[in-house]
Amino acid sequence: MPAAVSELQAVAQLDVARLRQDFPILERWVDGHPLVYLDNAATTQKPWSVIEAERHYYAHYNANIHRGVHRLSQEATEAYEGARDKVRAFIQAPAREEIVFTRGTTESINLVANSYGNGLRAGDEILVSEMEHHSNIVPWQLLCQRIGAVLRVAPIDEAGQLDLEQFEKLLNPRTRLLAITHMSNALGTINPVKQLVAMAHRVGAVVLVDGAQAVAHLPVDVNDLGCDFYAFSGHKLYGPTGTGVLYGRAALLDAMPPWQGGGDMIRQVSFAGSSWNDLPYKFEAGTPNIAGGIALGVAIDYLQAADRPAIAAHEADLLDYATGQAQRCDGLRLIGTAGDKGAILSFTLAGIHPHDIGTILDAQGVAVRTGHHCAMPVMERYRVPATVRASFALYNTRSEVDALFGGLRKVREMFA
Amino acid sequence: MIADLHDLYQEVIVDHGRRPRNFGSLPEASHRAEGFNPLCGDHLNLQLKVVDGIIQDVRFDGVGCAISTASASLMSEALKGCSVAEAETLFDSFHAMLTGDQPESPPDLGKLAVLAGVRKFPARVKCATLAWHTLLAALHQAQQPVTTE
Repeated sequence: MPAAVSELQAVAQLDVARLRQDFPILERWVDGHPLVYLDNAATTQKPWSVIEAERHYYAHYNANIHRGVHRLSQEATEAYEGARDKVRAFIQAPAREEIVFTRGTTESINLVANSYGNGLRAGDEILVSEMEHHSNIVPWQLLCQRIGAVLRVAPIDEAGQLDLEQFEKLLNPRTRLLAITHMSNALGTINPVKQLVAMAHRVGAVVLVDGAQAVAHLPVDVNDLGCDFYAFSGHKLYGPTGTGVLYGRAALLDAMPPWQGGGDMIRQVSFAGSSWNDLPYKFEAGTPNIAGGIALGVAIDYLQAADRPAIAAHEADLLDYATGQAQRCDGLRLIGTAGDKGAILSFTLAGIHPHDIGTILDAQGVAVRTGHHCAMPVMERYRVPATVRASFALYNTRSEVDALFGGLRKVREMFA
Repeated sequence: MIADLHDLYQEVIVDHGRRPRNFGSLPEASHRAEGFNPLCGDHLNLQLKVVDGIIQDVRFDGVGCAISTASASLMSEALKGCSVAEAETLFDSFHAMLTGDQPESPPDLGKLAVLAGVRKFPARVKCATLAWHTLLAALHQAQQPVTTE
């Protein structure tokens, strides 16, 4: 069967109207308009099952984990560790010890910068790309300041794709770490991560992949990608805020010193010294977001139960449809036109600042992100102060794309 | 809400946003300051020529949305000929109009009252006040750029 035909069938199979019923917030109205939520790259909405999982935990078995001998603590521990198993299977990690729960992508990256990173020395190089968001730039800058390492930046082309030739030239035996996004939040670009990992490994560098944008939209197999670390957040994955994951290869995590000290990360504590708990608990100091972790597992269940190829085809269709409308829109400049791209439409309108566009769209119930998307270097690269970003999720529809462009016509009228 | 939107984007504001008055630099400036809103990237350089306590000339440049640019443009017009003390009073009145408890705009703001609609859009108040915080910094010769964060 030709690829196009199978893709069409996949689109037909995804019952978006039914999926939308899973998300209570989509019934909301804003200023007399049905909510059109197109800010999914910032955070996704949550299905009932995720919301209910948090409520159920607090209503029925709220207790601290790993400590209590009582029933509630055992139930909470089981559910929380069950979520870890779900995460492991979701990203195909070889072992559950390799799944460290964090507060989100940012904390996951900071963990690596502050633990693994402290083993780097002055003159070592850390390579990032020009399309990174602040979370995958600033922790490395802080590390460089601390130890005298050097931050190198791989450039992107006008379409927003990594310049592979330049990338390869920047790799050298001093490159100790590559930190690269799987999917750009500001441009939508999907990086050829597997290829980049192989190139970086050839010079002996360790690779961290920032999967915050990718994980809800692309199948992620850390084994297949070959990366050493993979960081992502729960809240962009239809799960709760304040949850996140760091996958790390066991051998690396084992050799790394703890980052934060406190309860649960220790085996034995005396004033003469302490010893550390096993993986992954060595990196999980203090009482975590237990309800959130459990609900993250439920968000993964939700996605796993859905037809992911059909969702991917649906999101690709929304992007194609929106891109087509954008190309017919006078004065609209698309920022980020990579060949391999997630469902993110970032743009400017000639003569009208993105914030004014955002306010006028909001008054029509259309929620988009406007600003620099915590990726100021990307804005600098395209010489724009900010962009408007519409980003799509499994529950968005073509009629919502129409609402966006209808809203943009209103913007033009007001500024005519 | 659409009516509020028309209040926000009145013709005067769109006009000043598109064709800001007193835009550029003022080489003979005696006071200058930089304003920056890191959250949205709006950026403004403000220059004043103050002689004997009177603001004789004002110029600004930078990038920003229609609201922040119009606010800076209207402010620049209002400031010319003001004493430093009058400029500070104007700041207080303007700030009160956008953030205060009184629903009515103060009577002494003149043309600046067109920005009163901003108070219905809390997310945009910082856009309208950036130039004004920069003004205070310039008058007080602040060394650090001001931000509205």
